[in-house]
Order: sequence, then C-alpha cells, then structure tokens
Amino acid sequence: MNWTELGVFIFFFLLVTVLGFVAVSWRRGDLTQLNEWGLAGRRFGTLVSWFLIGGDLYTAYTFIAVPALVFGVGALGFFAVPYTVIVYPLVFVLMPRLWAVCRRHHYITPADFIKGRYGSQGLALAVAVTGILATMPYIALQLVGIQVVLATMGITGSAAATDLPLILAFVILALYTYTSGLRAPAMIAIVKDTMIYITVIAAVIVIPIKLGGYGHIFAAAAAALPAKKGFLILPPGGFMPYASLALGSALALFMYPHAITGVLASYSGKVVRRNAALLPAYSLMLGLLALLGYMALAAGITVSAPSLVVPHLLAAMFPSWFVGFAFAAIAIGALVPAAIMSIAASNLFTRNIWHVYFRKATDPGEEAAVAKTVSLIVKVGALVFVLALGNTYAIYLQLLGGVWILQTFPAIVFGLYTRWFHHVALLLGWLVGMTWGTWMAAKNGFMSPVYPLHIAGATLPLYAALSAFALNIIVAIVLTVVFDAMRIGRAADETVRDDYGAEDPAASPVAAG
Amino acid sequence: MSTGSGSGPGKRSDRNASSSRTFHPLYLVLLVPFIALLWPPFYAMDQPEISGIPFFYWYQFLWIVLGAVLIGIIYGATRGAES
Repeated sequence: MNWTELGVFIFFFLLVTVLGFVAVSWRRGDLTQLNEWGLAGRRFGTLVSWFLIGGDLYTAYTFIAVPALVFGVGALGFFAVPYTVIVYPLVFVLMPRLWAVCRRHHYITPADFIKGRYGSQGLALAVAVTGILATMPYIALQLVGIQVVLATMGITGSAAATDLPLILAFVILALYTYTSGLRAPAMIAIVKDTMIYITVIAAVIVIPIKLGGYGHIFAAAAAALPAKKGFLILPPGGFMPYASLALGSALALFMYPHAITGVLASYSGKVVRRNAALLPAYSLMLGLLALLGYMALAAGITVSAPSLVVPHLLAAMFPSWFVGFAFAAIAIGALVPAAIMSIAASNLFTRNIWHVYFRKATDPGEEAAVAKTVSLIVKVGALVFVLALGNTYAIYLQLLGGVWILQTFPAIVFGLYTRWFHHVALLLGWLVGMTWGTWMAAKNGFMSPVYPLHIAGATLPLYAALSAFALNIIVAIVLTVVFDAMRIGRAADETVRDDYGAEDPAASPVAAG
Repeated sequence: MSTGSGSGPGKRSDRNASSSRTFHPLYLVLLVPFIALLWPPFYAMDQPEISGIPFFYWYQFLWIVLGAVLIGIIYGATRGAES
C-alpha cells in the first residue's frame, strides 16, 4: 500500500464529502418540496448544467468500461465515440420540448409527462417501472468504479477490509443526497469533472511521451490485437454491430431517468440547447480515454479483469501523488451519477407509483419525504446487490437496462410531437419490445448486446435494443390504426401545443389548475 | 384525433407563436453527423494516417468537434427567430 497515494485519495474524497453537505444551502430553496430536492428548483444555468449533465452521463463505469473494451476488442469498442456525437443533435432538437412541457405543467419525471399527455395511468406506470429497472443496475455498476480503484491501491484481503471502504463511501453519499438532494451532485460534479479533465489531459500527454508517441501506440496495438481476436480497423463484419450500437445507445441515453432529471433541472430551454453544443467536450474526453486501452496494450499491461486496465495503466505511468488524485477522480466520478440516478429513481417511485397507487392524498412535503427515504433504500439495494451477487449480474442487468429504456422512446419522444399514437398501442408496443429485447439478450447469455437477426435469407447482426425498438414502433403504428378503427376511446390530453415551444421560464407561466 | 395533435417535422403551416420552434429547416443539417458516422464503410480504413494515427480514429475525433460546431452554428442561427 502506498501512503502518499492513499493520502491524496482520502483528502479529495473528504473534500467532496464536505461539499456534499454544504450544497444544502447553495441557491437556497425549500428542500421539503420535491421540486427543490429532486430538481434543485430548476435553476441551473449553462455552466452548472454542463457539469451536472456531463458528470451524470459520463460515469466512472464508462471511464473504466470503454478503455477496457477497446483494450479487449479494439475498434468495435470505439462505438462510444459516434454514439456520443450523434446523441447531441437529438438532445438539441428533442430535449428543449420536453423541458418546456415539464416546466409548464410542473412535471418532475418523464412518467408525469406521459400521464399528462396521454391521460393513461398504465402507460405512465410502464415508463416509470422501466426507468427504475434500468437505473438500479446502473447505480450498482458505479460501485465497480470505486471497487477497482480500491483494489489497485492495495486495499485487498478479507471481505471486511475490501467492503468496508465501499460501504463507508456509499453511506456518505446516501446521507448528503438525503439532505441536499440534486444540489449535492451538482456541486460535487464541478470538482469531480475538473479532476477528471486534469487526469485525462495529463494521461494523453504524458503516457504517449513515455511510450514513444501515438504512432508507436497504434502500431503496438495493431500487433497485439490479433491475438485477442480484435481489430485495429473495424472489419466489414463489424459495420452493422458498430453502427447499430452507436445509434441505439444514442437514442436510449436521454430516455434514462437520470439524464432527464439533469435536463429538467436546467433554468431554461436555451440552457439545454447551449449544452447540446458544449457537452461534446465530454465526448472528446471519452474518446481520448478510450485510447488508454491501446496505451495499455502498448505498455504491455496485463490484468486479471478488464476493468483493471485503466487503474493499472495509471499506476504504472504516474507518480503516486498523481495516481491518488486520478483514483479519487474516478471514485468521486462514481458518486455523482449514483446520486443523480438514485434521485431520479426516487422521483419516479414517489410521483408515479407511491402517489398513484398507495397514497393519493400526498402533499408536496410528504412527497419529498418519501422520495428522500426511497433514495436511501435504492442505494442500500444497489450496495447489497453488488456485495452479495458480484459485478457480473450488475453488468448483465445494465446491458438489459439499455434494451429496456429504449422501449420508452416511442411514448416519450413521439409524444413530444404528436398525439396520433393510441396510448394502448404504445403500451403494447412497449410490452412487445421489452419481451423480445429481453429474450434476445437472454439467448446471447447476456454476454453480447448484438443479436443476429435472420431476415429474408440475410443475417443482420444488430444491437438488440434497436431491433426491439423497431418492432415496438411497428406494433404501436399498426395497433393505433386498429384501435382507432375500432373506436377504442382515448383519454384527454392536458397539454396544448404551445406548451412545447417555450424557451425561458418567464414565457412559460404555470398552466391553470 | 384528440387535442394537441402536434405538427410533425416538416409540417409548419400553423403561424402559431411557437411554430418557428417546432421545426426549423436548418435542423435538417443535423442529419449530416448521422450520415457521416452511421455508415462505417466511409471511414473504416487506416489510410490516410496523421502522424501514425489511422484514419478510422482521427476521422471520428474530427466529427466530435464538427458535430459540436454544427450545433453551435444552428443554435446561433435559430436563436434570433425565437425570443
């Protein structure tokens, strides 16, 4: 164990813990209201939203998993780059509309919007449950980020010695999320992302100098990959998996409740649109991080598990004080998304399950109290899950989570533009997409997100989420025509066309009632 | 159809207050990154290299920047029409 490394690590960890509790009085609001606890009063401007959404989407697990995948399979793992490029045109066009309608009607969750738009409790429940199911394993996976840096720092041995720091970190996280709500991860994200940028910039300058330049790194990777059945340049057989993973992941990303929470906490639609142009800075960082996989190949790093690639590479290349700093960045990088995810899941549970099915007469104060308690339960659940079952199941479920969350896209995104779709048709489309997507993932033994479809004699290896999504849409369209022909009734829409266009809060007065 | 039946992309007949935000024709430019990146035959090759970095990699890095610039330009161009 290296004491300098550990000392620096603990220093930064304590620093953000203090920030997490101080955040309670940042842009002070009445934290007994769910709007304040769970969306920080929707007051974040361009810069804070940039840190919050960036820190929320580019998680510690991403930083560990993307380079690990590139290390293991080469070019295919690079799909994270096209994915995080094409997601932003979607954000630019779609998310200001969602922000505007949610702002005007005080919607806190995507399922609130579904309920208002389609008047369907069933469809809202489907969206809420899907969101919670997809988020839970994602929270659990953030623990993996903390685990790998702890293991690399030499905190190993008995179960108590390895689990205790992890439990401690999560208890601290749970407490400041409980007291400060969304303000805590927003404030911590500013520190954490500054640390991550410093780490990445140092890594992509210092490591290539030590390894003899990028040309040498790519040459060494090209030499090392064939032995692992990987490729430096994507082969034709990889085109369809690559493109469908990029497209499917991009369509799915902003359906995740934690992503929507980040958007809704913005002060205005302009803030959301500006961030669509500014957030690609994080994609650039992710692309550079992906190259750490090749640097590890060039440096001859060998690991027992792929998730250890980045920590081992950093430990081999940097002095111990900087390793402590970088590891703190990764561990704190796990806490920010974990906090936002647990807040998003609690909001969904409170607004769309508790309030609807258990206690209709909740006042806003009670709502916030329930959400706070649920955020604790969610995190304890994630911790128990990882400690009891290990990482493997969390990774399987996170893969499924991506397949599942994309099935809420038709109801949410099409709903931003049109009421043409029948709510029962959307619900059945969702059910078909969920079932078929899960079946394809299970057929693959949850090992690969790509499932080969055999259509008209051709084999199409596509991201399972995307093919399930296509079937989902077909079912929704066909059944809408059928249900309308059968004159099956629709419920009222509480939104009007003007609700979707407002850009700033002044132009978006609260709807009557 | 029920109330609030929105305008789909391309249908902008209504001169309603928010119609300019509903779908601006410039938004079609945003399809370019999709075409450039979702068709890997365009870029799955190692030449031309830039100081040892294969085309496959630098092309995609370049698109991170181009994508952001495109969105920035369209934000600037459509902002005035909306407030």
